[in-house]
Amino acid sequence: MGVMGKMDEGSAKGAREYLTFRLDKEEYGIDILKVQEIRGYEPPTRIANAPAFIKGVVNLRGTIVPIVDMRLKFNCDQADYNSFTVVIILNLRNRVVGIVVDSVSDVLELSPDHIKAAPDIESVIDNGCILGLGSIAERMLILLDIEKLMSSVDMGLVPAEA
Amino acid sequence: MAEVQSAGGGADFDLSQFYEIFFEEAGENLDQMEKMLLSLDLTQADDEELNGIFRCAHSIKGGAATFGFSDVAELTHHMESLLDKLRRHELQPAPSMVDVLLESADASRSLLARHQAGGEGDSLDTSDLVRRIAGLAAGQAAPAPAPARAPAPVAVVAVEPAVSAPLDEEPEASPQPAAEAPAPAPAAPPGTRSLEIHVGPLERPEQAEAVRELFRDIPGLGTIEALPSPQPDMRAFAVETASSDEDLLDLFVFHVSKEQVRILPRAPQEPVDPDEIEAQAAARRPFGFFHDAPGSPIASFGLFEGAPGVPEGAQAGGAQSEQSSASAPRTAAAPKSAQTALEASSIRVSVSKVDQLINLVGELVITQAMLAQNSQGLDPSQYQQLMSGLADLDRNTRDLQESVMSIRMIPMSTVFSRFPRMLRDLAGKLGKKVDLVTQGEATELDKSLVEKITDPLTHLVRNSCDHGVEAPDVRIAAGKAETGTITLSASHQGGSIVIEVRDDGRGLSREKILKKAVERGIEVNDQMSDSDVWGLIFAPGFSTAETVTDVSGRGVGMDVVKKNINSLGGSVDIDSVEGYGMKVSVRLPLTLAIMDGMSVRVADEVYILPLSSVIESFQVEPETVSTIAQGSQLVKVRSDYMPVVALDKTFQVPRNGDAREANIMVVVEADGSRVALQVDELLGQHQVVVKNLESNYRRVPNISGATILGDGKVALILDTGGLVRRARY
Repeated sequence: MGVMGKMDEGSAKGAREYLTFRLDKEEYGIDILKVQEIRGYEPPTRIANAPAFIKGVVNLRGTIVPIVDMRLKFNCDQADYNSFTVVIILNLRNRVVGIVVDSVSDVLELSPDHIKAAPDIESVIDNGCILGLGSIAERMLILLDIEKLMSSVDMGLVPAEA
Repeated sequence: MAEVQSAGGGADFDLSQFYEIFFEEAGENLDQMEKMLLSLDLTQADDEELNGIFRCAHSIKGGAATFGFSDVAELTHHMESLLDKLRRHELQPAPSMVDVLLESADASRSLLARHQAGGEGDSLDTSDLVRRIAGLAAGQAAPAPAPARAPAPVAVVAVEPAVSAPLDEEPEASPQPAAEAPAPAPAAPPGTRSLEIHVGPLERPEQAEAVRELFRDIPGLGTIEALPSPQPDMRAFAVETASSDEDLLDLFVFHVSKEQVRILPRAPQEPVDPDEIEAQAAARRPFGFFHDAPGSPIASFGLFEGAPGVPEGAQAGGAQSEQSSASAPRTAAAPKSAQTALEASSIRVSVSKVDQLINLVGELVITQAMLAQNSQGLDPSQYQQLMSGLADLDRNTRDLQESVMSIRMIPMSTVFSRFPRMLRDLAGKLGKKVDLVTQGEATELDKSLVEKITDPLTHLVRNSCDHGVEAPDVRIAAGKAETGTITLSASHQGGSIVIEVRDDGRGLSREKILKKAVERGIEVNDQMSDSDVWGLIFAPGFSTAETVTDVSGRGVGMDVVKKNINSLGGSVDIDSVEGYGMKVSVRLPLTLAIMDGMSVRVADEVYILPLSSVIESFQVEPETVSTIAQGSQLVKVRSDYMPVVALDKTFQVPRNGDAREANIMVVVEADGSRVALQVDELLGQHQVVVKNLESNYRRVPNISGATILGDGKVALILDTGGLVRRARY
């Protein structure tokens, strides 16, 4: 199959596939292998005393999954909840988490030549969680280490070890 | 020493897939053996018990020999010899024997663990244990009934066939039953014989090589040499062995079937004398009686045609018809076959399968709840059959889920089982005399809790033994019995399981604890209640022990115990009277995946309360709620005042401008006290499937889990214990 051939070629060069999504005006990319599914947004059940960006939990075919609104976490200007709002369900080492984004674009294959190191600037995102900046055509993608980001203590998903 | 290879080059099947089963069952046999050894009454040893212990050793030996774990086979073989003497009443049970057998069981365990881990590292040296066992077996040998048949017992240990795992098709009747001497015949070595063994016709004559390897792998079996083959598809061997024909056949059966083996005597042969035959019969008889024991574990591999039931039944019959004067083995045969029938009726299932089953039943309950909810609006008269069908479904689902839930529940006895041994060793080490009493072993709790509760309980028992129970002379001076008692009990109370560790030792000293607390800078005062003072010992690093033993006293125990138990959603309480003893109560929620819940509404949100903790509910007028200092509120319930927990405040539930209409109080009891929860409305009562919040999220205070309602939405389940504790402070 063509796809398989392409994958072999790509993996030979160290390229990985990234799912790209949009938050406000920026485009981000995350490792496609960590994505379990993509769903529409449904209002989650609120959990008391959780940080504002953790909207609550939803029922995903019997599993309780927390929903994190990335737009709130990254201090974006707007965070609407309409029929176009998308939730990306991630499976990070058997922990299932959902993230709310504005929209999902496509799956791109990026080889290391297309990825530049991210400049060390002060930002909402801890620099350790940025794999680099990918560029393809005219687009600039902020490639995230989504697993590291979601497991970080300030995301509030993983209990801080006492 | 042959390591973990598939036994014999010619094996048609790879035995390694059976290793896990063997390791599990060997572990169980070792546990069983230890338990029986500990409960053995040395003055009046019960025959049934002795036989049981023997069987355990025998089973392990058999499996170990099969898989080529010759170090384990050798050690258990020696244990078996000693046990055989004990059960035939040739030796009187002594504490030193129990000690060495227990130590040997431990050694076997670590040998097996090493094999299970791949056989790396150094093997444990068992020669000292073997020497001791042999010494005990020899040193107290009962005077032999006839000099002719009394070779040195030490020789018995070495020469007796180190073979097991027999599974005969036919029971072996002793050729001279009536001619037995009144005393049970000792298992005298039959004497080494010279045999010629022909193996064939074989499709692959190389299979016979496996037979040769057996002689190499099993110590004491004998010597083997190849002879020129009579025919191309046959092999012949010259064998010198002390084993009986039957034992040899049993060994070979793993590689070649019995019909293919012919054992012939070889030229120089000892004169066959009645003693010889008798001794051979004696050597055979134990296998004849008890092969159903090793038969069960091995038969589970499905390697042999004979179903465990068949030879056993025949065996029991054969045993009973025998005129042997050895009454012990005979009486054991009948109840034993009943026991093995009981064992055969259980099945080994992996935990993941059970969990999967429970999940599926959980989903079924959700679907059924949804159907029930959606059918509420239907006209009963029109949909009568549908409604009655749904009612049946409701009942069946409930029954199904109860049965499935009970699969995961195992009795507390599995937790308690390790304590007799531990306490015995500990008391011995500390020079104290302690009895262990267990109550409520049949109380069941979820398997996942069992694993987690063992460590805290172990610590509590060690504490009681080390610090609680006094030394024998101190006890006598205090007018108590020399032997202290530690009681472990388990019971169900409401929706929890309560486990208590009680001792009749010196108890806690209030003064000492207060003094220590002051030393450590903890704020205390003399007005503190006793239970608060006892609670101080949970502070990290707290210990009033004068001397630190390697068992306890460093003060790192109690706070870890409390933390562990709290993390399971439980609580610990202490009660003590100085000079009389101490009681530690551990309360744990019964982890049920499906429970009965009451749903309540707070503003726009739905919460679930475990029905087992709900006592009552009523409507209130704002006037009956009184406020005391610091904003806490109390409500009067008949003659009692109870703290109020307003759920909308606890969970910061947003109210969109509507007037607060929280005027329903639900009284819940948890952790020994009651609070009234203030809610807006009672929605109903139904079964909920408890989903774990922590698997993908984290632990939320006051919430014990989540569930999925009939409409697919998630509702949070309240942790009533947590709410009650909150209200206390």
